[in-house]
Amino acid sequence: MATKYTESHEWVRMDGDVAVCGITPHAAEQLGDVVFVELPDTGRALSKGDDMAVVESVKAASDVYAPISGEVVAVNQDIVDAPEKVNESPDQDAWFVKIKPSDASELDGLMDEAAYKAHTDE
Amino acid sequence: MAMNSQGRQTRAANEMNAEVSTHTGNKALQIEEPLIFERGAEGGSGVDLPEPEGIMPRLGGQQAESAPELPGLSEPEAMRHYVRLSQKNYAIDMGIFPLGSCTMKHNPRLNEKTARMPGFSDIHPLQPESTVQGALELMDRLAGWLKELTAMPAVAMSPKAGAHGELCGMMAIKAALVARGEAGTRTRVLVPESAHGTNPATAAQCGFKVDKLPAADDGRVDLQAFKSKLGPDVAGIMVTNPNTCGLFERDIREMADAVHEAGGYFYCDGANFNAIMGKTRPGELGIDAMHINLHKTFSTPHGGGGPGSGPTVLSEALAPFAPVPFVVSDEDGFRLVETAAGEGEQAFGRMVAFHGQMGMFVRALTYMLSHGKDGLRQAAEDAVLNANYVQKRLSAEMTPAFPGTCMHEALFSDAFLKDTGVGTIDFAKAMIDEGFHPMTMYFPLVVSGAMLIEPTETESKFGLDQFCDSLLALAKEAKSGNTERFEAAPVYAPKRRLDETQAARKPVLRWQPEMAEAMAAE
Repeated sequence: MATKYTESHEWVRMDGDVAVCGITPHAAEQLGDVVFVELPDTGRALSKGDDMAVVESVKAASDVYAPISGEVVAVNQDIVDAPEKVNESPDQDAWFVKIKPSDASELDGLMDEAAYKAHTDE
Repeated sequence: MAMNSQGRQTRAANEMNAEVSTHTGNKALQIEEPLIFERGAEGGSGVDLPEPEGIMPRLGGQQAESAPELPGLSEPEAMRHYVRLSQKNYAIDMGIFPLGSCTMKHNPRLNEKTARMPGFSDIHPLQPESTVQGALELMDRLAGWLKELTAMPAVAMSPKAGAHGELCGMMAIKAALVARGEAGTRTRVLVPESAHGTNPATAAQCGFKVDKLPAADDGRVDLQAFKSKLGPDVAGIMVTNPNTCGLFERDIREMADAVHEAGGYFYCDGANFNAIMGKTRPGELGIDAMHINLHKTFSTPHGGGGPGSGPTVLSEALAPFAPVPFVVSDEDGFRLVETAAGEGEQAFGRMVAFHGQMGMFVRALTYMLSHGKDGLRQAAEDAVLNANYVQKRLSAEMTPAFPGTCMHEALFSDAFLKDTGVGTIDFAKAMIDEGFHPMTMYFPLVVSGAMLIEPTETESKFGLDQFCDSLLALAKEAKSGNTERFEAAPVYAPKRRLDETQAARKPVLRWQPEMAEAMAAE
């Protein structure tokens, strides 16, 4: 399934029945060098739009929002240990959390790649 | 004739420009100063005392087995170390300190004179009240000025900084909600996106849920969005006015009425009070609580120069919950209400052990008395005039973040640097080479590559012109493609550009002797 995007620069992609989420390359570039990442506990129930994680760069600290509602089933400890990975591979290796969606149809309301590109070009 | 054998050349024989590599690493008065732990001889000391004999420790076996590892410096060595470090520093006494949102104004020397009067500087918080009547009267007088300037009936003097004052205000709001029986239901606090980070942090610390208010295109709170977020679960709002974009929230009265109608309270972040002091009064704008940074608005030293002080004014609705201690007076003189009984019955508690920053109280009242009501108003007017002068002049080459005039600070985005390869950080570092402290960078977050300049009323037109000329020249240089100096900047600072990323990812917070060896080996 194709990757979907939020206006607040998170991406989400279904992998089987879990949604893999992260922040977009555009967001990572805007943030600059990422120096700290805080992730939620697994098992936490999230509603779409909830504060899900915190990412801190030399410029600013930013909240990362849940792009979809559901339960956190996995978090990427690698980016906590090595925050620079968020700059190196934001859309692949540096995923943030895996969520088991409570309503996968929420994805339909998100942007596709073309729409997100138009959004960031604004 | 009498021959003078001391004839010498009276001008340089060689006007070379090349860098000379000195044996010491020093460059004339730019001295390479090691850390104090890397200086001095082991066991060295500033005093020469005989070895103590026959001392019986009474520490029950807890005494240290070995001497503490202190740098062994003589008094002149220690003195020189700190003076050399101080000469590498930049200070408001050296030049413009244009940090936006910080109000780095001149600290008048008169303040220092009064603060050093023995009746204020040599007293102890536990002295009997009868022996410190003058100090208590000063606190009462200062409280009176703060209440008058803000049209508020009460002020908590004890908070020790801006964020501490925020905490005081939000705790008063919480106490009022508890008294109303609504603390369990009113859990949401609205905070604009452009707020100081301390605002949402304070709300969260008090157990509230933070709900972000979007900014409208003109940099102010989006009034419609704000109204749509009000509801029976709203405890209050936290708004900075003028806001961190340097703009006056024109709808503030309407916002206050709306939040009151919805049953919530209005906290105002008073960090930018310098722009409106003597011009408008928060009590008349419908505000319930606001901290006042004495260290910004009332010229007490801060930012490494001294402690903050954040007295918090409270409205009629919140006044009963003001924390102890506070000063009251009757026919017997001044006294402190120290416990939650009598006058302090509903006090939400106590925020500090004693009474607040006495030294800052003396300085702030000195500033008020030496300026008077008209002088304070003029300070605010001059601060706004200076910021607008800077905004107008710099707009020739730089991009103002929002159209129109500003209040006490001028905000620019990095749009004028687009496609130059120079970023806000490079621009700021180049300012260091020009001999200026940079402005606030990358804040507020709502503006791309923000550069926030607050000149304050301190600067003369001469000083502002020199600053503006320099920034305009830098902007032209960046646009002309001469980006080398920006990439290299700062070239003339005692230390070149530091690696902020590495410092954040692998912070080294404590010096260890082996580090010096490791660095020497590299």
